Amino acid sequence: MSAFWSAWVIVITAAVIGGCTWLLLATRKSETYKEATDETLGHEFDGIAEYDNPLPRWWFQMFLATVIFGVAYLALYPGLGNFQGLLGWSSTGQWEEEMAHAEEQYKPVFAKYAAMSVEDLQQPGNEAGLKMGQRMFANNCSLCHGSTATGAYGFPNLTDDDWLYGGDAATIKATITNGRNGGMPPWGAVLGEEGVRDVASYVLSLSGQQVDSESAAKGKTQFQALCTACHGADGTGMHALGAPNLTDNVWLYGGSFEKVAHTIRNGRNGVMPAHKSLLNEDKIHLITAYVYSLSNK
Amino acid sequence: MIKHETIEKNIGLMILLIIIVISGGGLAEIVPLFFQSSTTKPIEGMRTYTALEFEGRDIFIREGCNVCHSQMIRPFRAETERYGHFSTANEHVWEHPFLWGSKRTGPDLARVGGRYSDDWHRAHLYNPRDVVPESKMPSYPWLFENKLTGKDTAAKLEVQRTLGVPFTDEQVAGAQEAVQGKYEIDAVVAYLQALGKTHNNYDKVR
Repeated sequence: MSAFWSAWVIVITAAVIGGCTWLLLATRKSETYKEATDETLGHEFDGIAEYDNPLPRWWFQMFLATVIFGVAYLALYPGLGNFQGLLGWSSTGQWEEEMAHAEEQYKPVFAKYAAMSVEDLQQPGNEAGLKMGQRMFANNCSLCHGSTATGAYGFPNLTDDDWLYGGDAATIKATITNGRNGGMPPWGAVLGEEGVRDVASYVLSLSGQQVDSESAAKGKTQFQALCTACHGADGTGMHALGAPNLTDNVWLYGGSFEKVAHTIRNGRNGVMPAHKSLLNEDKIHLITAYVYSLSNK
Repeated sequence: MIKHETIEKNIGLMILLIIIVISGGGLAEIVPLFFQSSTTKPIEGMRTYTALEFEGRDIFIREGCNVCHSQMIRPFRAETERYGHFSTANEHVWEHPFLWGSKRTGPDLARVGGRYSDDWHRAHLYNPRDVVPESKMPSYPWLFENKLTGKDTAAKLEVQRTLGVPFTDEQVAGAQEAVQGKYEIDAVVAYLQALGKTHNNYDKVR
């Protein structure tokens, strides 16, 4: 703040406080009576008159107390222009102190668990670490994956040991850190509506569901030409690409005929946001351990 | 010496004195803020919203999102742990009006950009309980039906320019084209994904 505006604030603040004090004392002095009397102000309405008494002393003193509080506050805390206050307090300073205090308190805890592998964290005795992971999961992950981690339509269930990108500790950690961009291209234009329905029939047959076998047979040819690059020749998927296993009857976007056909027709682009700028490594480590624990009881 | 009675019985004088007292506070607390670089100079590298994001912001205001969602992260650890770096005044110099909010029924959105996928936002705005069963946020299905015409977009950007937001001539000229035919949900999601992402000064400071 420039010297001008600093002076501006100081002068106005001092003038307002001084003015209030003057007004308080000046009107006090002008009162006719110093103590309570039976004198009235001389006006009357419906037999009700008003006593001409000064403010009760405690009340008057309370006004003075607010003035003293104001002056003391301005002396201790920043308020008068560039004057930082005798306590040197600032909101960012308070935040930094809070952060430093937390760092001191939690750093050893995080360091202890960071030194352990995700697998070791599953051993009895580390429940507190998993609990920390669970709380951070609730804050950061539950909006998509649900507070019980069972997922939602379009957001994977993390408790079923069925993984798009792999369920080993390193992969889970990579997924959280860098995010994932699923990319299933739309096949509607290539296959045509009939082709879409044929492939859908074949895909559903992979998980042993009742389908029109003639349609599924036609779909199989198309599937082998277009889908095996990602989903594999047997339809069991590929972790490197995040291509789901189509044979296990676990469906991210619904397993009804219409839903599967929709997926084939329009493609899917599931996105898991990267969390490296939102959480630090130690936190991601504990969240990984918690997620890992869900399907590795 | 002025008498209490004199003030009490002259309403005009009382009004005048009240105005003087109140303006003392405003002059000392509000006026200097118009002349501080920390409140009037944009944070380094900040970009303006795109036309689509800007329309999304208007829909955000229309639907009253700011009534339940603040865009102001306070400098407390509990908030910075959850939402990211605390908000600073220079991030908001191009916000007309400010959407800081004064109450949180839902979480703060100042840095919600990039936190969730576009799909999540769409599912969540269509029916929040589809993705967050515990949620009590209202559903906004009409965003998926209403289309933007872009009729007023250029004029809106022009108005923002008079308020000091540096929208370029190209942005204004291409404004209608940029939003025309898009659904309202596209605009809202674009806006939400831009929140906190118009500069990157705080990306590494946590």
